[in-house]
Amino acid sequence: MINLIGSESDSQRTLYPYVTGTSVVGIKYKDGILLAADMGGSYGSTLRYKTVERLKKVGKHSIIGASGEISDFQEIMRNLDELILYDNMWDDGNSLGPKEVHNYLTRMMYNRRNKFNPLWNSLVLGGVKNGQKYLGTVSMIGVHYEDNHVATGFGNHLARPLLRNEWHADMTFEEGVKLLEKCMRVLLYRDRSAVNKLQIAKITEEGVTITQPYALKTFWNFSAFLNPTAGAEGSW
Amino acid sequence: MSQISESMPPKGGFSFDLCKRNQMLVNKGLKQPSFLKTGTTIVGLVFQDGVILGADTRATEGPIVADKNCEKIHYMAPNIYCCGAGTAADTEAVTDMVSSQLKLHRYHTGRESRVVTALTLLKSHLFSYQGHVSAALVLGGVDVTGPHLHTIYPHGSTDTLPFATMGSGSLAAMAVFESKYREGLTRDEGVKLVAEAICSGIFNDLGSGSNVDVCVITKGKKEYLRNYLTPNPRTYVSEKGYTFSKKTEVLHTKITPLKELVDVIDAGDAMEE
Repeated sequence: MINLIGSESDSQRTLYPYVTGTSVVGIKYKDGILLAADMGGSYGSTLRYKTVERLKKVGKHSIIGASGEISDFQEIMRNLDELILYDNMWDDGNSLGPKEVHNYLTRMMYNRRNKFNPLWNSLVLGGVKNGQKYLGTVSMIGVHYEDNHVATGFGNHLARPLLRNEWHADMTFEEGVKLLEKCMRVLLYRDRSAVNKLQIAKITEEGVTITQPYALKTFWNFSAFLNPTAGAEGSW
Repeated sequence: MSQISESMPPKGGFSFDLCKRNQMLVNKGLKQPSFLKTGTTIVGLVFQDGVILGADTRATEGPIVADKNCEKIHYMAPNIYCCGAGTAADTEAVTDMVSSQLKLHRYHTGRESRVVTALTLLKSHLFSYQGHVSAALVLGGVDVTGPHLHTIYPHGSTDTLPFATMGSGSLAAMAVFESKYREGLTRDEGVKLVAEAICSGIFNDLGSGSNVDVCVITKGKKEYLRNYLTPNPRTYVSEKGYTFSKKTEVLHTKITPLKELVDVIDAGDAMEE
């Protein structure tokens, strides 16, 4: 007799994330898309892994950035790599563009959510195909949209306001990187799970480049920080 | 004569007696009445000559905007102002109370109030209510010891900062501050930055909206700029205007002024002692 009602051993579903990555920020610029993400993998409140690559290439035309459960991201990458492999095997001169990959991700996330077994990620998907730039995002429940600038997690609260003020069409590469670094710096100051080691991924018609990890300069020398209780003895 | 037991004089302040009953009712399924919250963006920053405080003007009651243009920058002393986020009644009451206490203290000492005095009075009051008085404040002012800016949390902890934001829009405003603040800003740069931070809260946070209020406090002077910016004007107004329907016939018109002008006749005797 098949047990139709789930039993206690049925908890193969994802209930909470364990090893997590924090925000990803992405913008469109003149030649394509720029994504930024730091390289931290937190295990609850411990910073367990400090070299987690959260930005990956997908086929010829797209890059993906993920926040949330790292093991679920690795699963997503296995599925995407298989998708691209089958696409290449057709060998028909056509290749999956960012719009198609975004749609595939959306279906994957939404169907898992309907089975109450989500992939605990928020993804950013960007790419260029035939001169058309594309930047979209998918959440763990399948909410998806595309925009000129997207962010996941804390990035929505801290980076999006800055991007709404300062993003404009056809930014140069240098302007784009400067804007992304500004967002990542604010996240570094104000997101407790951020680490000062980040990568920036660029995708243009020519191809994908992901920078080597580097750190941002921070400023801590406000005079109020040197002697914060100068006027208010006993407080902090 | 029957014995009447002396009842205790009513003690002031919050009585925690009903909290257990309220919790029991919530568990049984009663929907608690919602508070008028000021889901808010409030900011403060220290500049060259003093402090600048800023606030939005939306007061919410759950999903509804209860007051489109409320005042969140409260007067504490001629040289000290306080922005309040959280439950509107709590911020209003606690700032009024401490403002009165400061005035009495000024009479007693004969000196200008200091920001740390307001800070200590507020934090000890909030601490004694263990966070039940839901007031998150940004206190700023200039006194003899210089310009000061503090944040006070509902549980009674305080921070002393060069720039601060509180409320639901605090992350949006803090993003602007963290990227653009530097020491030694001039008055105009400071006001511009404060207005930008509040606008960031107004446009990116649903709990904040309407207009920007700014207050600039320097040594010996304060400028309360109410509705410094109004970036959300009412744009659609029906051209038809408001009139009675044409079929209404006017039979009789009588105008009663609500305020009567009284002539003072200078003939009466003064009141006898």
